Amino acid sequence: MQYLLLIYGREADFDGLSQAEQGKVFGEYMAFTESIQKSGNYVGGEALHPVATATTVRVKDGKKVTTDGPFAETREQLGGFYLVNAKDLDEATDIAARIPGASHGCIEVRPTVDFSQT
Amino acid sequence: MDLERIYKEESGRVLATVIGLVGDFDLAEDAVQEAFASALERWPSEGTPQSPRAWLVTTARNRAFDRLRRRARVEKPGGDPESLASGQEPSVPFEEPAGPELDDRLRLIFTCCHPALATDAQVALTLRTLGGLSTEEIARAFLVPVATMAQRLVRAKRKIRDARIPYRVPEERDLRERLDAVLLAVYLVFTEGYAATFGEAMVRRELCAEAIRLGRLLVELMPRRAEPAGLLALMLLHDSRRDARVGADGALVPLEEQDRALWDRDEIREGAALVEASLRAGGPGVYPLQAAIAALHAQAVRAEDTDWTQIALLYDVLLGVHPSPVIELNRAAAVAMARGPEEGLRLLDAIAARGELPEYHLFPAARADLLRRLARWEESAAAYARALALAENEAERRYLTRRLAQVRRAARVGGS
Repeated sequence: MQYLLLIYGREADFDGLSQAEQGKVFGEYMAFTESIQKSGNYVGGEALHPVATATTVRVKDGKKVTTDGPFAETREQLGGFYLVNAKDLDEATDIAARIPGASHGCIEVRPTVDFSQT
Repeated sequence: MDLERIYKEESGRVLATVIGLVGDFDLAEDAVQEAFASALERWPSEGTPQSPRAWLVTTARNRAFDRLRRRARVEKPGGDPESLASGQEPSVPFEEPAGPELDDRLRLIFTCCHPALATDAQVALTLRTLGGLSTEEIARAFLVPVATMAQRLVRAKRKIRDARIPYRVPEERDLRERLDAVLLAVYLVFTEGYAATFGEAMVRRELCAEAIRLGRLLVELMPRRAEPAGLLALMLLHDSRRDARVGADGALVPLEEQDRALWDRDEIREGAALVEASLRAGGPGVYPLQAAIAALHAQAVRAEDTDWTQIALLYDVLLGVHPSPVIELNRAAAVAMARGPEEGLRLLDAIAARGELPEYHLFPAARADLLRRLARWEESAAAYARALALAENEAERRYLTRRLAQVRRAARVGGS
């Protein structure tokens, strides 16, 4: 059985931490990742850029509609996810628009953090 | 040497090119600022270079790569700084590619107005990067605190970087839609200047001028497309009336009461020519049609010469292209002038019956106007009062207040 573990938290709390404190959090995450890799539970995981980088894609009348911001309607529920490679946001949202769910719900597109670039 | 003029004219283009070269908005912005500071220092003694733009781009690019190297040394001590930005030899002066289609400003404006950015962020970013306005100026223009505007710009730039919004002109299949966003952003700059939503001044002239400048740029960059020409025409034709729109008492002056001698003839001529060109180039689109309506108003020597039948017809076409209750409202007003107030009222009632425009102050204002023309004073007064309760701009409020007093007087006289 596979499980998706979604991490929720207040971005502002993290931003308010000192660099040393942020480093400590990173260390904890690295240790956790290592431990579940060792135990064989790990399949994959990514850190996301802040929610301000989110884009929501819907398909209306067969056309892609892109808006700034995260998915926000509480009457829809998370139903699944894809992790894809794309050269830029336009390609990512084009792919998102092809997901069948984009026509009745919406797809939130969030970039993952590339730690080799920071 | 007039560096201020060069800044106004060239900063957008220099920035657009440097972003293309270094791939980072913030870095490019800082580097361009430094290049202008360096010009301020050196040009007075060394003389203005033959091509100021190429000089600025070369200097900014070199500054940007210097920074990247310093950053690499600090963050990855022991790393090889020379491996960074390989292939870019800072001593080689920048050479401009020829041809308007290669103008980097086109890439810049499509990135600033990318649909993944919120509209207010698109507008702010366009003014900041292409318009060369400072964050303080933009904040003042939109009546938001400087910190709020700064935050809006920072977030937008961060999203461009982190979500990797591409820096390019969209492909043909997406161009129409993407162009709509660009045109809307420029038009919003204009309307915010022309009919300020809040506060004292009816017209914030700098914003109108900036929007027209951006409109000219769009026409220059996309000369064969109809919509940019239509938008520029629309803005010029509205702007031509700016001096006649507000009276000495600070109240809005409606079109039919304006002193037409105050209208700017040059803008009208240029706007009207653009209307024809844009209608020929692309058939009826939203901006060319609205511009055509504005041109008919502008070309009437007296208010009573206005070709309302033609205007009502153009609104019909416009509604077909772009259904909207606001356009329906304008059409109703035109029909009222062409065929009588009763006909206009009937159309307004149809809009209200669908529950549309409940909070839009121009709806009761239009209704009040038609009722006034029919001498139905009591109903007119009630509608003006309703419009006044919804209107937030001071010049419009003054106009509505005057009308309300007028119909109330008439109601007393008529009722006694």
